[in-house]
Amino acid sequence: MGLPALHPTVIRAAYLVASILFILGIRQLSSPRSARRGNLTAGAGMLLALIVTLLDRQILSYELIFAAVVLGSAVGAISARRVAMTDMPQMVALFNGSGGGAAALVSTLEFVHLSRVSPAVPLDSGISILLGALIGAISFTGSIIAWGKLQGVMFEGAVTYPGQKVVNSLLLLAIIALFVLVLTGTGGMPAFVAFLGCCALLGVLAVVPIGGGDMPVVISLLNSFTGLATAATGFALHNTVLIISGTLVGASGTLLTILMCKAMNRPITNVLFGAFGSGAAAGAAGGRAADLAGKSVREVSVEDTATLLAYAENVIVVPGYGLAVAQAQHTVRELADLLKARHVSVKYAIHPVAGRMPGHMNVLLAEANVPYEELFDLDQINSEFERADVALVVGANDVVNPAARTDTSSPIYGMPILDADKAKHIVILKRSMKPGFAGIENELFYDDKAMMLFGDAKDSLAKLVSAVKSM
Amino acid sequence: MIDSLLNDATIFILAIFIGFEIISKVPVILHTPLMSGTNAIHGIVLVGAMLVLGGAHGTLAHVVGFVAVFLGAVNVVGGFLVTDRMLLMFTKKGPKP
Repeated sequence: MGLPALHPTVIRAAYLVASILFILGIRQLSSPRSARRGNLTAGAGMLLALIVTLLDRQILSYELIFAAVVLGSAVGAISARRVAMTDMPQMVALFNGSGGGAAALVSTLEFVHLSRVSPAVPLDSGISILLGALIGAISFTGSIIAWGKLQGVMFEGAVTYPGQKVVNSLLLLAIIALFVLVLTGTGGMPAFVAFLGCCALLGVLAVVPIGGGDMPVVISLLNSFTGLATAATGFALHNTVLIISGTLVGASGTLLTILMCKAMNRPITNVLFGAFGSGAAAGAAGGRAADLAGKSVREVSVEDTATLLAYAENVIVVPGYGLAVAQAQHTVRELADLLKARHVSVKYAIHPVAGRMPGHMNVLLAEANVPYEELFDLDQINSEFERADVALVVGANDVVNPAARTDTSSPIYGMPILDADKAKHIVILKRSMKPGFAGIENELFYDDKAMMLFGDAKDSLAKLVSAVKSM
Repeated sequence: MIDSLLNDATIFILAIFIGFEIISKVPVILHTPLMSGTNAIHGIVLVGAMLVLGGAHGTLAHVVGFVAVFLGAVNVVGGFLVTDRMLLMFTKKGPKP
């Protein structure tokens, strides 16, 4: 098959245009109105970059490329169409892992290519190749483990084992030693393969001990890793579009990682190495929780809750991941519609870590046709709780725990929370009195203004809907 | 060698600044689409994968390159489609009539 080869200058110019389209595309994501156009803009940039690459004279045979592209596109398209919005974090983790894996393999082939020319690979290309392989491999296996945790098929919760730190340190030392060995040209291909293997193992061991509730941080960080791996391959291949787009993604992932850590008030090192939600953390909360042991919670009936909601002026819904688990997004919107018809103002207060990835809860509610004008983040909504007649807490726990403000011994102390306790009435929809992922008792449930409506969130909401309807 | 490295490094550093600049303007509500959209953008590594597979020698290199292109294609196509699906939910309804 012979396609006409393009002049390298034309290809570079096309890469420049593609980079501009990526930047413009991300910029259009700054408003929900233009966001979809932004994604299409970035997609157009991608298409352009891919087409001119096919016309690069470095490419000698096309059959395998076309076969792999068709196969990969089919897999990608089918998974993208089928995935449920609740499973979005897993999906993003898998796509992210594919990108990381691709970057690691591209680095490997570039290494093979260069070491064919001379056993001592040039220093600058060598470093880029090794970094691409390192970050790409970590991202690949780390993403797969993250997928497994989120999907609930493996390593659920924070898995720890004795000697963890020793094993990780030894692995890190091995990686550094192999890095030097490959770079000096003494190790050759066997050393490179060993290096790749150690990096892949590090990805597994780094993510395995991290609990499910910390996944928003992990996913953001892995996203940034794959971006940087892509940028590193760009350095190795001296390809500007790879450098620019990889770096953009690296910046995005880093920024989201920082935001997520801030939202939990925990330094990134603590998320990665702290094994939060394990026995030690929960035990530390013992002191204050014991004070609550003597207190009892107040239960409320569906009818009373319905009356409270129907005659309120301002209602703020605080959705947590429990809402998504119960698949109750549509029911909560139905309830909100009924209340709005009765001229009750309904707003949603979304904590940054309400879902399993940054912004996840917004997507889940958008899917249930909740208008985005009703979705508010922490800073926008917290001042409004004082004026709210009812705060309806659905499947949320740690993000409304006042201990984060007051109890210095609590593991979540200092975490920014939604001020649901400032509302005139607090109704908490909850399955049981089981604590949240952090294993911490919630004082809010024992608040004098708080009422518990026990049961499955979707069930309770459906009962509320029919109770409000019949009023 | 130093010249081309400096060129690449210049682009890299400038891209960091642009990246932080434009991404900090994305509202919290769109953070999931932002992540999956940028996720699709790093699928640009498919460009690198096509280049190395197109110039590969030997069976093993072809296999590795094939897998790289496959993974890259999954990343690009899946990433853009799933982002579009999500953004459609945000754009199809403006303020309620």
